[in-house]
Amino acid sequence: MSSPSSFFGGGVRLPERKSPTASLPIRKACIPAEALLPLRQHAGEPARCLVRVGDTVAEGMPIGRAAGPLSADVHASIPGVVKELREIRLPDGELSPAVVIALEGEFARTGRARTPVDWRTLSRGELLAKLEAGGVVGLDGVPAATRLRVSGRPEVLVVNGAESEPYLTCDERLMVEKAAEVLSGAAIAAAILGAGSVEVGIEANKPDALRVMAGAAAGFGCRVTALRPRYPQGEEQLMVRALTGRRVPRGGRPEDAGAVVLNVATLLAIHEAVVLDLPHIERVVTVAGEGVPLPANLKARLGTPVAALLEECGGLAGGRVIVGGAMRGFALDGLDTPLTKGMAGVLALSRRETRAAGRTACIGCGRCIAACPWELRPVELYKWLEHGELAEARSRGLGECTECGCCSYVCPARIPLLEGLASGRRRGAA
Amino acid sequence: MTAPGSPAPAPHLHAGTTTRGLMLSVAACLLPAGTWGVLVLGPRALAVLAVAVGAGLLTELLIAGLAWKSFTLADGSALLTGLLAGFTLPVSVPLFIPAVAAAFAVAVVKMTFGGLGRNWMNPALGGRLFVTFSWPALLAAGALPGPASGGGWVRVPPWQPDGSLLGGSGTLGAVSTLLLVLGSVYLLARRIVAWEIPLTFAAGYALTVWALAGLPAGGGLFRGDVPAALASGGFALAAFYMATDPVTSPQGRAGRLAFGAGCGLLSFLLRAYGGRPEGPFLAVALMNMFVPLLNRLGSPMAGKG
Repeated sequence: MSSPSSFFGGGVRLPERKSPTASLPIRKACIPAEALLPLRQHAGEPARCLVRVGDTVAEGMPIGRAAGPLSADVHASIPGVVKELREIRLPDGELSPAVVIALEGEFARTGRARTPVDWRTLSRGELLAKLEAGGVVGLDGVPAATRLRVSGRPEVLVVNGAESEPYLTCDERLMVEKAAEVLSGAAIAAAILGAGSVEVGIEANKPDALRVMAGAAAGFGCRVTALRPRYPQGEEQLMVRALTGRRVPRGGRPEDAGAVVLNVATLLAIHEAVVLDLPHIERVVTVAGEGVPLPANLKARLGTPVAALLEECGGLAGGRVIVGGAMRGFALDGLDTPLTKGMAGVLALSRRETRAAGRTACIGCGRCIAACPWELRPVELYKWLEHGELAEARSRGLGECTECGCCSYVCPARIPLLEGLASGRRRGAA
Repeated sequence: MTAPGSPAPAPHLHAGTTTRGLMLSVAACLLPAGTWGVLVLGPRALAVLAVAVGAGLLTELLIAGLAWKSFTLADGSALLTGLLAGFTLPVSVPLFIPAVAAAFAVAVVKMTFGGLGRNWMNPALGGRLFVTFSWPALLAAGALPGPASGGGWVRVPPWQPDGSLLGGSGTLGAVSTLLLVLGSVYLLARRIVAWEIPLTFAAGYALTVWALAGLPAGGGLFRGDVPAALASGGFALAAFYMATDPVTSPQGRAGRLAFGAGCGLLSFLLRAYGGRPEGPFLAVALMNMFVPLLNRLGSPMAGKG
């Protein structure tokens, strides 16, 4: 383990607020009586529905089939009967078809011993097929199989254990409790990629995770580095720069610098899909914030409603309910939103935590410029977009924005810079 | 990452700063110097300040309310403008002067351009300069120390009344350079104002004074009296409270460094050769005009427009 690396200009030092859950072991959540499974839990098209109302489904059975390289299989997270097919609105505002499964029958997998598969005997194609069959999706919504297939032959696999979002400790707990499994997932990914080395980066504010991962890393031949806690350390480009010294070109991808970045939760899912033949039907989610009486890290079935997760943590005491991280997550207006593959947190934040305030005119203080990790001028981009000048904003680097939210976080005039830039980026992509 | 129609856009955390918080912090940091000024100069100083602040607030309320905007008094900017305008004025002026200065500052310099954030010149400076050129005789009576008042550049010990750290001439902003600087230490430490501007402002001013200010008085090169120059002429007020106004200063680091340096150089020229004791104020107002240009400095997309 080397000393904390530092790396980038800009960014912000955020309050961590991780202590309520950082030392709590992961707890199993109750199985929901009904699972609501969106067929889009990934970047691309919704998966093709494989079931009809009235069908009986077994635990882990595919209910949606990937429709394209950016789409992934979806599995029944609980055994039961398909009660309804309907369209729901996901937290990001997109519509998705979804399958409602009412709990019934026996658990085919849970609680049964499994014989680990020796993945080293499998070919690259077989490994990728297992990832596809398991429906493993990365944090950015790109299916793991697709990411590993299209990345060429990078020299380095970077394991992202930064977890620089406040409140969230699910990755930290995974590293503490499942270090060997995470690193096994990394070994599988590195084998598929043909990557020569594996570099693990963890923010220095997680000493337990650093210690356990460093201990386990010896057996896997990878290196663990402590990173200076600073948001958005977990950005792929910044991880690559901190751990390999290589610079990803402006607006480029880690692959351009010979690296692939995968998050620890994704690596655990890769391990489970390949070694244990377990499809992606549950995940660990941090439930925290001042509006949550008993914060926890829950291992819950996908499709569990947010309301049920909050209920397990003492009920909702009030506040703004957010899924994902406090910096990049989505506020909810209803609590029936289900847990999905990419959802690392359910937060209920009080006004004291959000520090919301009214908007004023821009006073030109330049804080957003100093905070932008990509050396963009968020307020200028915002003003161009406000005047409908999308092309102008793009020529000034709108495409390089990663929507980290540092600009909005520091703006004293409370201008919704992130919201403006993100919607401009969506228009640009459309 | 925000959803259309989402109840609240991300991020869901904030550093906690607000426009009003920034404005009121700056105003609070002027209080020690203001209090000391009132003690030294008497109740007349309090009257000047009160009239300036009152006129600033009233103008904001009237224009924002009557014309086209919502209630903007709460953003604290009119309060600060009035306060700063009061600080720049000699206490001997008739009381309509601070009223006109603050009203002009808010109504003309700020509001005609669209209100907070749109003005190109520091409103308080604009107000001050307007009354300076409108009623030169009234303002000359209590002029700031400088070549015109006989102090000269060469040897005015800082402890003498005109050009001192803690006691002084007839302007609140020139009575206590020391307390003004102390207030700004807080602003700099809390990063409420940008450090780049006062740094290069002071460096540029001190260097040119040191190198060249001895010349007019026949003292030769490198004989200028730097402490006297820094302690007088409203330098501290201009460098720490006027030039650092976020609205009328560049947003990037390179631009800010250049802006401060330009203010320093112009302050010297205006004081030494322009016959204007309030040189630093004029210098900042002149440099305000270059802000759009300076904003291009250091921009990654500088070549593009």
